[in-house]
Formats: sequence, structure tokens, C-alpha cells
Amino acid sequence: MEKNEMMVIFDSSSENESFARMVIAAFVSRIDPTLEELADIKTAVSEAVTNSIIHGYKDGKGDIRMHASIADRELFVEIEDEGVGIEDIQRAMEPMYTTRPDLDRSGMGFAFMEAFMDGLEVVSEPGKGTLVKMTKKMGAI
Amino acid sequence: MDMEYEMRGPYLIVHVGSELDHHRAECLKAGLHKIERERGIKYIIFDFNGTGFMDSSGVGLLISRYRDLSMSGGNVYASGVCPAVKKLFYVSGLHKIIGVYEKVEDIIYGEK
Repeated sequence: MEKNEMMVIFDSSSENESFARMVIAAFVSRIDPTLEELADIKTAVSEAVTNSIIHGYKDGKGDIRMHASIADRELFVEIEDEGVGIEDIQRAMEPMYTTRPDLDRSGMGFAFMEAFMDGLEVVSEPGKGTLVKMTKKMGAI
Repeated sequence: MDMEYEMRGPYLIVHVGSELDHHRAECLKAGLHKIERERGIKYIIFDFNGTGFMDSSGVGLLISRYRDLSMSGGNVYASGVCPAVKKLFYVSGLHKIIGVYEKVEDIIYGEK
């Protein structure tokens, strides 16, 4: 199957969390993922988008870019914002660590991305924004 | 959804809805705060019947309610959890503090 690629840019509003999940689910549906693979991808994307909304833009306005491609039954997905960025990426990725305990955050966002995807890379610079890159290889059919 | 919150004896039943993400968690949190201000709530049952999706925002909501209620001798339960949501309970360790039951009635009439 030939490589397929897409990109969407949407506002950092919490209503768009479900929009982002629907888009990625529709995009990967052409390679027939299992229900579990699909759920894993939706969760990981939801975590990354929610991070951009709450932490990147601190519930303010901004653009979130979701870029994805599929080649050889492997999904690459990037979620990027131009928000405040992450000071200490290693710390942010520790399970249960959250900068927003006031919001009842569980601190499990990155842990879920790591658990449900095959690859996770986070690139961030304070004041510039954050780019989350994830990959997942679907099982053979 | 016809009814989001329902009182049955000392139990406040929260009908979670189709997806429990950050957006939905914020709505439920606001609703719960309002109810808790109006009356003392000791037990909350999050009914996941019909819920196909949850992420870490849902985990955060359940943990925060558990934290507050358990301090005053109350508890938080979950019912009707589908396999996709159950996976989140296990990966996060949430199942260790919040009992997962098949039906709301199992909690109300069964052993706690």
C-alpha cells in the first residue's frame, strides 16, 4: 500500500479533543486496525492534544497541528503546538508528575502515550512550543 | 443523555456518557461540585455503561473524587466498564483503589 499522509490544524478548545480522536480513527481505518489498536491510538492522541490545550496554551487560544502518515501498516502521528513549551521534559514524562494538581490531573498523560504506542519522542523548547511524535505498528492481517 | 446524576439512597450515581475525556471530565467536575455543595455525598458510583472511551483526564477525575470522599469515610465505585476503559483502569493502577463492578445494583445491594 502506498504511503498516505494528512494534516489538520484546529483550535485549542476542549471540544476538539473528540474531533482529533475521530480524525485519527478515520485516518487509520483504511489499514484495518484491531479495536484495541484503534483505542490505543485514540487514547494517545487524546493525551497529546489535551496536553497542548491545558499545558501548552493554558486553556487559552492557539493552533494545534496534527500530522499523520501511514506506510507499511505503521502509523506516524505528530501533535504540535506553539504554546509555552516544557522546561524539563524528563520530569514531565514521569508517571504521576503534574504541574497542574489544581486541575485534578492524574499525571498519566505521557505514561499512557508510552504504554499505548510503540514509539514516543517529545521535542520542546520553553516559549516556542512542543512537538510530540508517536509511532505504532499495526499487527499483520 | 436524559439524566446525568441520580441519587439512590446514599449513592450518587454519575452516568458518565459516551466518552470521558478532559472536556467531559470538566463538565462532570462542575456538576459534582454543585451537588456536593448542596448536600453531603458519601458514595459516588461512576456508571460507565455506554462509555467507550476514557483517557487520563478521567483517571484524574476519579482519583480526585476518591481522595476527597475516602478522607471522610466515603468511597468511589465504577460500574459497567467496557474492555477499552478497563484497560485504562489497569494500566493506571486505578483498579487498586476503585472497585469495578458489573452493574450499579451489584454495588448498592452487594457487598462493598
